[in-house]
Order: sequence, then C-alpha cells, then structure tokens
Amino acid sequence: MSDYAHPENLVSTEWVALHASEPNVRLVEVDVETSAYDEGHIPGAIAWAWRSQLCDTLRRDILSAPAFETLMQESGIGNDTAVILYGDNNNWFAAWALWQMRIYGHKDVRLMNGGRKKWISEGRELTTEVPTVKPARYRAASPDFSLRSFLLQAQGASAGRASALVDVRSPAEFTGEILAPPGLPETCQRGGHIPGARNIPWSKACREDGTFLPYDELKAVYAAEGIDGSKPVIAYCRIGERSSHTWFVLRYLLGLPGVTNYDGSWTEWGNLVGAPVQRGAAAAARG
Amino acid sequence: MRAEEFAERKVAVDGWEVNLASYRLGDVFHCQADNVSPGAWLARTTAPTRAEAEQKALTRASQLLARTRRCA
Repeated sequence: MSDYAHPENLVSTEWVALHASEPNVRLVEVDVETSAYDEGHIPGAIAWAWRSQLCDTLRRDILSAPAFETLMQESGIGNDTAVILYGDNNNWFAAWALWQMRIYGHKDVRLMNGGRKKWISEGRELTTEVPTVKPARYRAASPDFSLRSFLLQAQGASAGRASALVDVRSPAEFTGEILAPPGLPETCQRGGHIPGARNIPWSKACREDGTFLPYDELKAVYAAEGIDGSKPVIAYCRIGERSSHTWFVLRYLLGLPGVTNYDGSWTEWGNLVGAPVQRGAAAAARG
Repeated sequence: MRAEEFAERKVAVDGWEVNLASYRLGDVFHCQADNVSPGAWLARTTAPTRAEAEQKALTRASQLLARTRRCA
C-alpha cells in the first residue's frame, strides 16, 4: 500500500486482525442495512446502516452536524478515535461513511482494503456478539463542502467542461439501457448520463478479491479516460455510494486534487425536468 | 467462529450475470447473490447445505431480475 499517495487512509485485513481491539480503535461495518452484520461480523465491530443512520431520513441530504455528532457519540467515537470502516459491496457504503466523516473533519478514518468479502474469504474470526459501547464526546467541524458537489457544480461541469465528470455506474446504466442496477428498483425517470461524462465503472479500481489495484494500474485506468489531475473531477453514480468509492480512489490513492462526490447523482439528474441527457456511449475523451 | 469453505461462482440468471458467494458458519451455509455489474447484492440466504442456500438465493435473485427492463 506504500505506493499510494495517501496510504494512511487504508488498512489491510491483517492490520485489523492485529489492532482492532486496541482502545483507541473503533471498527464499523457499514452497509445499506445491517443484515450481513447480523449474520456475523468482525469481533468488536459495530454496525451502521446507510439508509437509516448515514443520511437525513426526512429530506435528502447527508446527516446534519448535530445528527452526525450524535452518531459518533453513540458509537463511542471521539474526535481522536481511529475509525476503521469496512462493508459489503467492496466497501461502497463504507466509503460513503468515510466521505461524510471527512466532510465533518474526522482526521483518522480508514477503509479496510477488500472489505467484508476479503475478511470472510480469508477465514478470519467472526462473531454475532454486539459490543457494548461507551458513549464518547464528539464535536463536528464545520462541513468541508470542498469534498462535495451539488447539482449546480455538476451542471457547470457539463456545460463548461472546466471539471471532468466521471460516471462510475455500470456501462448499461451509463448508456441508458437500464434505469437502475439489475434487480434493484428503478429510481429515475430517464436513463442515460450527464452530457460530457466519462464512464469509468467503480469496479475498474479493484481486483477480483475486492482490494484496490496498485497505484500504477489505477493511474493508468483513469489516465486512459483523461482523468490525470489536470482539472477538478466530479464523481457520480446513482445515489452517491459507488461514487464515494471512486472519490476515495482518486483523492487518497492517486492523490488527485479537486475531487468531489456529487451525491445527488443520477437519482437527482435523471429526475430533473428539462435536464439534458446523453444516451449511448460517451464521446471521445476531451483534453 | 470462522467462515469456512468460502466459494464463489458466476451464473447467468434471466440474461444477467450473477455472482454467488457462499460459505459455512458453524452448521449453516450462507449465500449472497450479487449482480456482477455493478455489484450490488440481491439476496442473502441461509440453509443447511450450500446447494440449498444457493438455490434460495438464485430464486430470489431471479424474482428481482425479472423486474428489470431493458430500454430500447
């Protein structure tokens, strides 16, 4: 992991096996909901459900600062706690949690490389025991929205091309062949992609075992589509969790400047009245 | 406890590629079915044998995948 631009944001399964029980380490399994956690999880891990705990459940947004502070406090996380996140789906929702924690200024938060699948495939210890958590004190920083793009920035990038748009969904979603990942509910009125976006599926960043490609291979994957740090990057997907994964790769593993996550993503753009939509494959990469 | 006998394989379900990952925890086999592209989980099942857990996951995955429309 030492070749990455910021390897301190990633730990291995071996590291977790050795350090998870240390007093200043909090291990969190993060998924859309907690059914996988309930089957068995890494000893000492607590669970966060994206749907109910990592989003504002009234309006569509990330957590408010007070709600974020409450989650941290109830999770036994103080401002100096080392938080290790992992989950299913190659850490999609764990990456969302990391993105949100960075927005609120948490310094020491890392992903477990390979996520839940790698831990299980290695035959490591699991438990169904839910740890007792002693609440901690937590103070969120002012939100750092330089890590986040809103609709306005995405529209600007599409119209002006000053920032690169990276659509990390599957090719079938990007082209408009399907309106949601196969088997999942359709959550948009129109299929396709934001005009000007490049399609670089999140999975291009991973090996078959779920771990990230080494630095040189990652660099080649994104450079082939014109993502080389020469301009800011806005990553998006359907609901913002897959693009959190790519945001993590671009920002911390490759160290590119000006990378943001547009969490409104296709569920916002694809439902907007009058929004321009492109179907089919993307045009050739722009400089 | 530890996950044992972890195995993965890809199968086609209603024209969609599905990844089946299964393992044993104690006396119970667990199976998860994901759509390969993009990789979201569709079903998570348990059963006394791997074959039964996989079949239950495939049945549920098939029900969900049947709802997916391909646009012209």
